[in-house]
Parts: sequence; structure tokens; C-alpha cells
Amino acid sequence: MAEATLSLRNRTRDPLPGFRLALFSTLLWIGLIVALPLAALVLRPWQEGLSAMTTALHDGRMFAALRVSFLTAFLAALINVPVGLLLTWTLVRVRLPGRRIVDALIDLPFAIPTAVTGITLATLYGPQGWLGKPLAHLGISIAYSTAGIVVALMFVGLPFIVRSVEPVLRGLPPEQEEAAGLLGASSWQTVWRVVLPSLLPATVSGFGLAFARGIGEYGSVIFIAGNQPFRTEIAPLLVVVRLQEFDYAGATSIAFILLVASMLCLASVAMLRRRVARGLISGVN
Amino acid sequence: MPSDVLSALPRRALLLGGLACAGSAAFLRGTTALAATTLLNVSYDPTRELYHGINAAFSENEKNSSGSSVTVRTSNGGSGAQARAVLEGAPADIVSLGLARDIDMLAQKGLVATDWQKRLPHNSTPFTSTIVFLVRKGNPKAIHDWADLVKDNVKVVTPNPKTSGGARWNYLAAWGWALHQTGGTEAAARAYIQALFQHVPVLDAGARGATNSFVQRDLGDVLIAWENEALLAAHELGPDRFDIVVPSLSVLAEPPVALVDHNARTHGTTAIAQHYLEFLYSSRAQDIAATHYFRPTDSAVARLHAGQFPKVKTFDIASLGGWAAVQKKHFAAGGIFDQIYTQHG
Repeated sequence: MAEATLSLRNRTRDPLPGFRLALFSTLLWIGLIVALPLAALVLRPWQEGLSAMTTALHDGRMFAALRVSFLTAFLAALINVPVGLLLTWTLVRVRLPGRRIVDALIDLPFAIPTAVTGITLATLYGPQGWLGKPLAHLGISIAYSTAGIVVALMFVGLPFIVRSVEPVLRGLPPEQEEAAGLLGASSWQTVWRVVLPSLLPATVSGFGLAFARGIGEYGSVIFIAGNQPFRTEIAPLLVVVRLQEFDYAGATSIAFILLVASMLCLASVAMLRRRVARGLISGVN
Repeated sequence: MPSDVLSALPRRALLLGGLACAGSAAFLRGTTALAATTLLNVSYDPTRELYHGINAAFSENEKNSSGSSVTVRTSNGGSGAQARAVLEGAPADIVSLGLARDIDMLAQKGLVATDWQKRLPHNSTPFTSTIVFLVRKGNPKAIHDWADLVKDNVKVVTPNPKTSGGARWNYLAAWGWALHQTGGTEAAARAYIQALFQHVPVLDAGARGATNSFVQRDLGDVLIAWENEALLAAHELGPDRFDIVVPSLSVLAEPPVALVDHNARTHGTTAIAQHYLEFLYSSRAQDIAATHYFRPTDSAVARLHAGQFPKVKTFDIASLGGWAAVQKKHFAAGGIFDQIYTQHG
């Protein structure tokens, strides 16, 4: 009862001091930092007429690069889902010594310059690297192949999954899991029927973010990908190649296609998330 | 009251804010101190150390001769990326890039006079280089010339000519060699280039990246490199790890310099920038260039340093028709470099 009156009183006041000013500066800022560059990106390919865009659309090499980018980003995000879920569950539920260190480590891929990541991974997985050398004896080469791209994108994408799922798992009372156990569910059943379904919407968004980031990732990939046209060339690299040819229209055409594709991906992930969440609620009811 | 506010703020925020203030203060102080006369030389990657030395020498020279204080700043990056930066408004008074084609782009947009390459000696190239091979110590794969690069089991490291200006010199050196062989035709040269790139497992985006792949990651058997990069790697990274192999024929790599007329006029620095460009041909600057393994064009200085540069037979880009033609034929979208990848892609 007391809570209700409190929230009522709050609602009559502006949510922020100087609401108009706050709204204005927010819109201005989003406009300058996000919308304006995006608008420039969307408009640029058409400045040299339709032909630049249609030429770009007939480029087989571009499609090969797009395929590499989307496929590796998808694979990396997919592999990160079970790994990330397990990692998050351990972080939240298990009182491990050194848990805080692991927690900090997970955010590191956000902070390290991507080129540093790429160079480090290439050294590690290269023919003489700590991992590359023993793997080469087994006949497996990671660096300079599509596998290398997937490894780099896994590194970059992992925090997206963990940080999306973590708050939801923290909010999930452990009593639910205990109750399931008391009601006779095996631990597998508990995980499968109780824990995972509640985490599904957050997992889907984490997957979507990791996937979208992977499509556009440049710095960490070009050092470990072989960058061979048609085989290990990613779409962002092709953008740089076009720029190097002073072919602004060609570069922005590819960027435009990447932008549209990424937005479609994010939109379908959002839709999927909503559907999963709705299914969850109706399922509980 | 203010102390209340302060104590309410998290300590980390205070620290960050303080750092930001200190950072911007340092930045502001930096810019005011440069107010006397400042030149900006927008240059390509492997000249970082070279121009560091030359700029200091130039400032000292100005102080001694006219008492004026001149500071030259250098910005480094890939040659094409640097040209683009100037095209989009980077306030360069001078450009010193990896290939003439990149300065031609600036001339096309009116930033540089179209006859820029005739305004200074030696095609506006104060010091030159050439393309050589860096191999593992003892040359285990017996690589002596371009033909050896396409032998079985030889892996070649060279950056991507699409993203690296330096790599275009590598490519053209190989092309020119194939063309100059007895019975060398365009078709034969094209076949050679195609075979060569089938021996390239990784196309690094830039020259330094390729050097790293070869030197640090032990990738490949031979690195095609600018002579100054190869000498640097051989002398400073591991005299006991690498040998330099000089092919029978290579290209005369001419990294040119130019005054960015439009910017210098706006900054009022035309005279001093021109003076800087001429200084690059002085024996002092030529000597500094030689210590950074660039070949001096001044014959007296070249003689002094002759010991460190192997004798190389070279052809120049003009003999292939000049940069405009070469660019269009080989590196433009759909050019020969694209074709060799499309055919087996």
C-alpha cells in the first residue's frame, strides 16, 4: 500500500530534472553520434547513381566475402551459447575462489584494442605458436583459415552472451531450482525444464548481439584470417580494399548491405526473443 | 556543501574525471606550444623512425641558420589511407608517401599541383629503395631469384597489393622480372604472377604486418620486402636468423614527396614547407636516410654508405607506363590482380 502511493507521487513529477532539456540533449546526441553517420552511410552509395550500387550487387567476390562474414559470425555466436551459459551459471551459482578475477576477465574483450587481440591470437595459433604448433602436428590449422576467423569472433563475442544472461540468472531465485529438486526432478531435468527456459530470451539477445558484432568485426580478424579473396576474406576487409581503390561508392555499397543485413538480423532476433518470452509466460500460466 | 557533493561521488568517477581534465590540459598545452611554426608531414608507415631523425635535424638547422623555431610533426599510416586522410581534410603541409599514385590522387582533387613530380629532383623522390627477399638463415630452400619463389613447398609472404602500397612494388617487381625474361610476354608474366600468389598463404593488410608474420610467427620461407625493411629486420631483429637475397632484377621503389599547395597556402607555410622538402636532398638528410637503410640519391652520400647496400639491377615504374596505367591495369577493380584470384577462386 505504501509502495503504491510512493510510485503515484513519483509519477506526477518529471522523471529527470529538467525533462525537456534532457529529452532535447538525448535526441541531439543520438542524432549526432548515431543517426547522422548512419544517414550518410545510407545515402552515400546512391550519390554516384544507381550504377555503382548495381555493379556492387553483381560482384561475386563481395558475395563470397559476405558469406564468410555471416557464416563465421553465426558459427562463433552459436558455439558461444553453451559455453557462455555454462560460464555464467558457474559465475553466479558456484562460490569459486577467484570468481571476481574470472568475472573481470570476461569483460576484457570489450576493452582490449581489437588489433591486439588479432595479433595475439595469430601468434598463439600460428605455425610456431603455443597452440598452433601442437595442432599442426595433428594436421589441424586454425590460423589463416576460416577456423581462425571463428576463433577470433568467439573471443570477441563471448562477453555479449555472458553479460546478457547474467542479470536474468541473478534475478532467478535459487529456491526454484531447490524446489524442483525437492519435487523429485533430476539435476538434468532442473536445468532443462527450469533454468534454461527462463534464460532463453536473454540468451537469444546475447546471441544476436554477438552475431551482429561478429559480422562487422575487423581488427581482430584480419590478423588471423588468411585474407584470401573468395576463401578467407571478410566483408569489412573488402570495404577497406574498395576504399584503397578510392572507390567510395563500392565501399559504401558493401557497408550498406552489411548495415541492412545486420539490422534484419537484429530485428529477427528481437522478434524471436519476444516470441520466446511470450511462449514462456503462456507456458507458465 | 561542495564537499558533500564530492564525497557523494564515487571515487572512481572522480579519478576518471581528473584524468580527463589532466589529459585535455596536456593536449591544450601541447597545441599552444606548437604555435610558432608547425609543419605536418603526412607519411607512410615504415618512415616513422626516418622522419623522426630528419625532423629533428631540420628544426636544429632552422634554429642555427635563421633563429626561427620550426616544429615538424609526422603522422604515419598506410600510404593509401594517409592519402585519403589528406583528401578528407587532414591539414598536411607535406606528404611523403609510398607511391606516386597516392599523391596523384591529391593532385586530381586540386590539393597538389598537377606537375608536382617535376618540382623536385629525381621525380620528387629524395631517397629510393628496392625490393629484395628476406629468407631464413642459411637459405634452406635455396632461393636466389624470382623463379625460385614458385618452386614446390616454397611459401611466400607478401602483403595484399589491394590494401598495401608497399605490396604493389613487390608485385610489380615480380611482374617486371617475368616480363624481362627471354621470351617474356605479358601472358607469361601473368602466368608467373598467378603461380606466385598461389604460394602466398596469407595476404597481410600492410607491409609491417607481413614482416611480423615472417619474423615473429615463422610463417613462410621468404618475405618479399622493401630493402629498408629487410635490412632493418636482418640487422636489428636477428642477424643470426635471416639472410638477404638480392634477385637478378628488381624494381626501383620511389617513395615521393610533395608540397600540399592548398593546405600550405591556407596555413601560410608554403615557403618553409618548400624549404623542408629541399632539405630532404641535403647531405645531412641524405645521411640520415642511409642510416635508416633508404638509398640516398646524393651520389657523394651514396658512396659513403655503399657498403651497406648490395648492387641491384633495377627498372623503374616509368618503363611499365607510369602509375596511372599500372594502377588501372593491375590493381583497379577487375584488374589483373583480381583476375588471378577469380580464376581459381
